[in-house]
This record gives sequence, structure tokens and C-alpha cells, in this order.
Amino acid sequence: MDTLLNNLDVFVDGFALTIQVFLWSALFALILGTVVGAMRVSPVAPMRAVGTGYVNLVRNTPLTLLMFFFAFGYPKLDLPSVSYTTLSIFALSLYSATYVAETLRAGINTVPLGQAEAARAIGLTFGQSMSQILMPQAFRAVIPPMMSVFIALLKNTTVAAGFSVAEAGAIRATLSERGEPAIVVLLWVALLFVLLVAILSFVQRKLENGLKVLR
Amino acid sequence: MSNVLFDAPGPRARVRHRYIGAVTLAAVVGIFAFILLRFVETGQFTADKWELFTIPFVHAKILEATVATLQAFGLAALLSLILGLLLLVGRVSKHRWISVPTYLFVELFRAIPLLILMMIMYYGLPPLGFSFVTPFIAVVTGLTLYNGSVLSEVFRAGIESLPMGQAEAAYAIGMSKTQVMRMILLPQALRAMAPVIVSQLVVVLKDTALGFIVTYQELLYLAKFYGAQPNYGSPIIPSTIVMAAIYISLCLLLAGVAKYIEVRTKRGPAKNIRAQQLVNEAA
Repeated sequence: MDTLLNNLDVFVDGFALTIQVFLWSALFALILGTVVGAMRVSPVAPMRAVGTGYVNLVRNTPLTLLMFFFAFGYPKLDLPSVSYTTLSIFALSLYSATYVAETLRAGINTVPLGQAEAARAIGLTFGQSMSQILMPQAFRAVIPPMMSVFIALLKNTTVAAGFSVAEAGAIRATLSERGEPAIVVLLWVALLFVLLVAILSFVQRKLENGLKVLR
Repeated sequence: MSNVLFDAPGPRARVRHRYIGAVTLAAVVGIFAFILLRFVETGQFTADKWELFTIPFVHAKILEATVATLQAFGLAALLSLILGLLLLVGRVSKHRWISVPTYLFVELFRAIPLLILMMIMYYGLPPLGFSFVTPFIAVVTGLTLYNGSVLSEVFRAGIESLPMGQAEAAYAIGMSKTQVMRMILLPQALRAMAPVIVSQLVVVLKDTALGFIVTYQELLYLAKFYGAQPNYGSPIIPSTIVMAAIYISLCLLLAGVAKYIEVRTKRGPAKNIRAQQLVNEAA
């Protein structure tokens, strides 16, 4: 307990940065993932191919490798210099976007074809059938698995600690300078992560029960 | 082609699709061209930056690191499968003093970030007297605890997806709980879940890269080492490209296996019904 209380500043700063990185990456992953997911289900063949290529390639790339490239490779490219934190957000977003895209695609595929056909048959336009019929149903099917993507993203933020981002995963390195025992520090970090994940799982379960589609 | 979202396109839509397709391709080519241009302009493709990777000694080192990655993956994959099965047995036990702790174990290790788990092994344990913990042991135990927990849930999902009648019929002909699990439920669940299990193994392979952060000498470690050789122009980007190519190929290969199994098992049951019909007709 002393280890936590005596170094509360480090723990608070670390987890604050973790949550910041998490929220920004979640936002960008959601935007990019939606674009890629839309490409994956689009009727235009080249769009589908590009979406599929992106998902297959990035999904089979270790996140550590992506971060490695951004942390060590990006600064050599003479591009506008950005902080390691921002670079880690890039890597996390690119990586998580593939999972977002696949979740969206799976969600859209859960809507039975008859729904769309019936919507067209009663004369709804594309926009109407999208906003009134398909999206409300797909949305419900997407939310619980999307929370799983975010839980994974939250855990993945720790990888940034290996690349000079002072977030929760890096608390050990900071505190080893203050002479704190590594195991106690790490167990506190683990416990706090378990708590954060538990909160997300709780929200997930609430949403799941609230949005359940009975077919 | 018609799907949930779109009707089969007519002539005008087809023309429009062609334009949109061309714009998409142009955009993608543009992005790639931009990245390549950055590489060229910052001299990433000059011969002196790649010279390092023509040395046979370096080839041997890269092979060594690939083997190190595969060793950690192979052992962790095997141990996670075993741990997953053990946890599954514990989880479905009718004794609450076994099933509840197993449940907590699984939930706990699924929630702790894998990197933190590896750090606990690598930085946390040696000061407590467990001085035998090498980076390799830290990576493998971390991967095993995490993925074993995940796999046990995958197995359980597979068992729960089976029709109730399977277990009921097995009990009805007098099988014990162990027999039902071992002879009836697990074989079916494992087959049904095979693509998912292999996909999880891809995750294990990807996560061996985390070993880099706890100083395990695998591909990324080597990438950083060679990337920092000033005599060869510190070729960090070329060395990342080399290691990335190896890593991604390995992952794609394993993902391909998962896809292959998925396609096969989708065809499998239908073929088996047919086989069963033939057997029945001949009997």
C-alpha cells in the first residue's frame, strides 16, 4: 500500500496518460475502422480489395512492430516531428482500426437480407433503409463486440511503455529509480488495469442486456 | 452481386462504381507513393544502408532470431493449449471450490495486459529469489498464462455451442462425466473451434514481439541492434523492413492455416453427413 501511496503522483500521471492514449486511439480507430469497414462491404470491387488488403496485412502485423516502426523509423523520414505519445496513438489506431472494421462488417452481416429487401420493396430510398432499418439493427449487434475491441485496445496501450511513452506500463521503470520493489509496483499496475477492464466489461454487459436483439 | 446493403447495380451504378474504384485506387497509390518517396528522399534505399544485410554472418543472426521467435511461440502455443484444457476442466467442474478459483484465475489473467505480465516475470520475480527467470522464461510464461486463459474460454464456448442432446445421450448410455467430456464434447468442440484456436495462435505469434520490450533476443531486438550500426549508416528503416517481412510472413502463413481449416471444416460436416448416409444406405 505504501508503494502506491508514496508514489501516487507517478501512478496518477501514468494512468492519466494511459487513459488519454486510450481515448484518442479509440476515437481514431473508430473513424478509420468505420471507413475501412465501409470499404469492406462496399459494392465497388477495388474498395473491397483495398479494405481486405489493409485488414489482412495490419491484422497480421504485431502491434509491437508497428510501434517500433513509428517510434524508430518515423523520425528518420524528415516528416513533421511529433511526440512519442502521438506516434504510439498512430500505431494503436492503425492496429485497432482493423478490429473495428471487422466488427462492423460482422455486425452488418447479422442483419438478415430480408430486412433490406423488405425495405426496398416498400419503396424506401437507400438513405432511408440505411438509417431506419439497417443501421439500428446492425448497431445493436455491433456494440458488445466493439467493447471487446476497446478492452483489447486499453490493454494494448501498455505496449507504448516500451517506446518512451510514460504511461502506466512505464511506471515500473520510473519507480525503480526511487528504489521501489518492482514486483509491488507491477502488481499495483496490474490490479489497476484489472479494475479498468472490469469497468469496461461492466459497461459492456449493461449495453449487451439493454440492446439484445431477439430474433 | 446483391447483399444486405446494396441491390445488384444497374448500368448507371456500374459506371459510377468504376469511377469510385478508380478514385480509390488512385488514393491508395498516392499514399504508397508518398511513403516510398519519403523513403527515397531520406536515402533509405541507398546501397550502403542495405549492405549490412548482404553479409552471411548477418543472415545467420537473422535466422537465429527467427528461430528464437519461433521457439518462444512454439513452446508458448503448446503450453497454452495444455493450460487451456486444464482450466476448462476446472471451469466446468461441479465442485465449486475448483470452478470458482478457476473462473477467477481465467478472468484475472485475461484482464492483465500481457506486457505487464511479462514485466512481472522479468523484473518482479528475480529480486524475490527467482533468479532463473530469463527473458525467454518470462515471455513464455506470460504468453502461456494469458493465452491459456483465453483458450479455455474458447474451448468452453465450443462446448456450449454443441446441442444439449450430445451430452444427454452420452449420459443416457451410462458414460461418466469424464468420459462425456473426453469422448463426446471435447472432440466436437475442438473441431468446431479449430479455426478460432488457430487464430488465437496467430495472436500468440504476434505477441512474441512483446519479448522485445523485456529484452528477449528475437527479431525486433535484432532490428534495433542492426538499425543502430553507425558504420552502415544506422539502417533502422531497412532493418525494420527486413524483420517486418519475416514477422508478417510468419503470421500470414499461420493465418492462412486458420483460413484453410475454416474452409475445410465448413465443408467437412456436410461431407460427413453424406458419408454417414452412404454408410447407412450400405448397412
